[in-house]
Amino acid sequence: MTTDAGVPPIEVRGLTMQYGPLVVMRELNFQVRKGEIFVIMGGSGSGKSTLMRHMIGLQKPSEGSILFEGVDFLEADLDARREILRRMGVLYQNGALWSGLTLAENVALPLEEYTDLDAETIDEITSLKLALVGLKGSGAFYPSEISGGMRKRAALARATALDPEVLFFDEPSSGLDPITASRLDDLILQLRASFGTTIVVVSHDLASIFKIADRVLFLDIKQKTMTALGTPAELRENPPSEEVRQFLTRSSEPGSPPGSSTARPSP
Amino acid sequence: MHLSGDWRLGEEAPPRFGSLVEGGGGKGEAGRGEARILDFDAAELGTWDSSLLAFLVQGSEYCETHDLEFRQENLPEPVVRLLDLARIVPQREVVEEPEMGSRVARFGRKGVAAYEAVMAAVTFMGEVAGGFGGVLTRRVRMRWRDFWVVVQSNSSGALPIVTLIAFLVGMIISFLGAVVLQRFGAGYFVSYLVGYGMLREMAALMTGIIMAGRTGAAFAAELGSMKITEEIDAFRTLGISPVNHLVLPRVLGLLVMMPFLTVYAAFIGILGGLIVAMTVLDLSATQFFGGLLMAVTLSDGLLGVFKGTVFGLIIGLAGCMKGMQTGSDAGAVGRAATSAVVLGITLIIVANAVIDWLAVLLNI
Repeated sequence: MTTDAGVPPIEVRGLTMQYGPLVVMRELNFQVRKGEIFVIMGGSGSGKSTLMRHMIGLQKPSEGSILFEGVDFLEADLDARREILRRMGVLYQNGALWSGLTLAENVALPLEEYTDLDAETIDEITSLKLALVGLKGSGAFYPSEISGGMRKRAALARATALDPEVLFFDEPSSGLDPITASRLDDLILQLRASFGTTIVVVSHDLASIFKIADRVLFLDIKQKTMTALGTPAELRENPPSEEVRQFLTRSSEPGSPPGSSTARPSP
Repeated sequence: MHLSGDWRLGEEAPPRFGSLVEGGGGKGEAGRGEARILDFDAAELGTWDSSLLAFLVQGSEYCETHDLEFRQENLPEPVVRLLDLARIVPQREVVEEPEMGSRVARFGRKGVAAYEAVMAAVTFMGEVAGGFGGVLTRRVRMRWRDFWVVVQSNSSGALPIVTLIAFLVGMIISFLGAVVLQRFGAGYFVSYLVGYGMLREMAALMTGIIMAGRTGAAFAAELGSMKITEEIDAFRTLGISPVNHLVLPRVLGLLVMMPFLTVYAAFIGILGGLIVAMTVLDLSATQFFGGLLMAVTLSDGLLGVFKGTVFGLIIGLAGCMKGMQTGSDAGAVGRAATSAVVLGITLIIVANAVIDWLAVLLNI
């Protein structure tokens, strides 16, 4: 559980991401600190989700490396990989609950895989996890029988089943109405407060970013690299680039005279 | 140019700008002559929709190519605004296209792609084999529920179609035999033909083709849609092998049931043959089975069962592999299912030929 204060949970070094010959982002360098809520933001198509897929080991960097507590996932052996994966949880954009299993079975599966607990204990933990996300008593439903918001909460219960140290969220508020989205944000904050979980969120929802983020990373689709890293307030007061300012003030109008009058955020 | 009346999509085909200018007439009246400016008089214009806009965009394009000035000030204001929007040239990022290069380079690229496809297939089979070894040594926990679901859908679920096809194939073989053998006065041997053909070849082959179309495609579509909804990624990021969890129960379930289906298909096929022999050739059932048992041996039946097992493995692996390799767009699942069937049937036929060849060499 405990790690040296010096080693960040996640460190990205000189990362370049490509789809075939097409460079998505290059020269990404940043660290995620222990216990913080770190938001990756940027316009559509800027590679936010791709960056997350790299961080959770689903895609291979074309250059650079990603260290999980000082260990490069891709160079680790099988057991070390499994250990890393056990310590992180992922909430996919649409939940990605296993459609053939009920909610309870979805939450129980990681427990069955990683622990030798007896069925009764697993049942207890499962219903506790479901209760924590407000789905008490819904364990017998199949993912296709519930709403999008419930699906995301159930997916969160699954992602937290093994009490991960790092949690990844891909667009937690997408497809949810503002109230449901805000409840999910509350849940994220609560998780961090109670378990000290390090949380990485991919988002373009401003309300959510300002509510939960400790620090944000801005991916600029035009320059194909990160152009800002700091607290949301800092970036709003003192935007390092015109794109960041437009993004954070939610406007497509240029703020001050300097040139870029044709700049429009891509749809 | 005078614009008048109502412009409604679907009520009357809007005029083409080009033909109007050359020919004249229609809803708009235009006099070209030596004019250098295109101006509009929209005083009598009634209601309008996209048909007017489309017409005007044609007009402005015509003006551009013919070096005319397109004057839009006299058009109604909403029209002008929409026209401006329609003519904005979108900013596009130039995507670096990989250059095609010489024929040699293309050949090389195809070679590399083929090599990668083969490597992916070998890796996949290795993973499945490893998982199977794990199940045998109890290191890997398989989802037995999925296994039983597959067993059920490939036994009772597959019986009607297998019955129908096997029965008809048996009748067809019997008809062929009846026609050909009767000429030589050897109609009695039709049972030999039906028994030998069904047991050795047709039972396994037809069952294989049916299962490739029904089960192989289903495997590919199931796993493909799980890939698209990120369910397979969810397995990976939890450190749970999707091969052990999803592929193994499916492949094993099919593998276990195929021999039974093959034997069943053979018996139904022989039954079909018997009915034709009794009605067309007036053979009695005793005669039919007497001829059959005289010529057909147990090894013929065992060869058929062996073939069926191999086909089951091929169908399961091909279907699951194509499903796991599904891309991420909407058409990808369809393509995965199609290529699973094509690959499955192709490999079945190839495997059948190889096994027959070996059987001849080994004198089975």
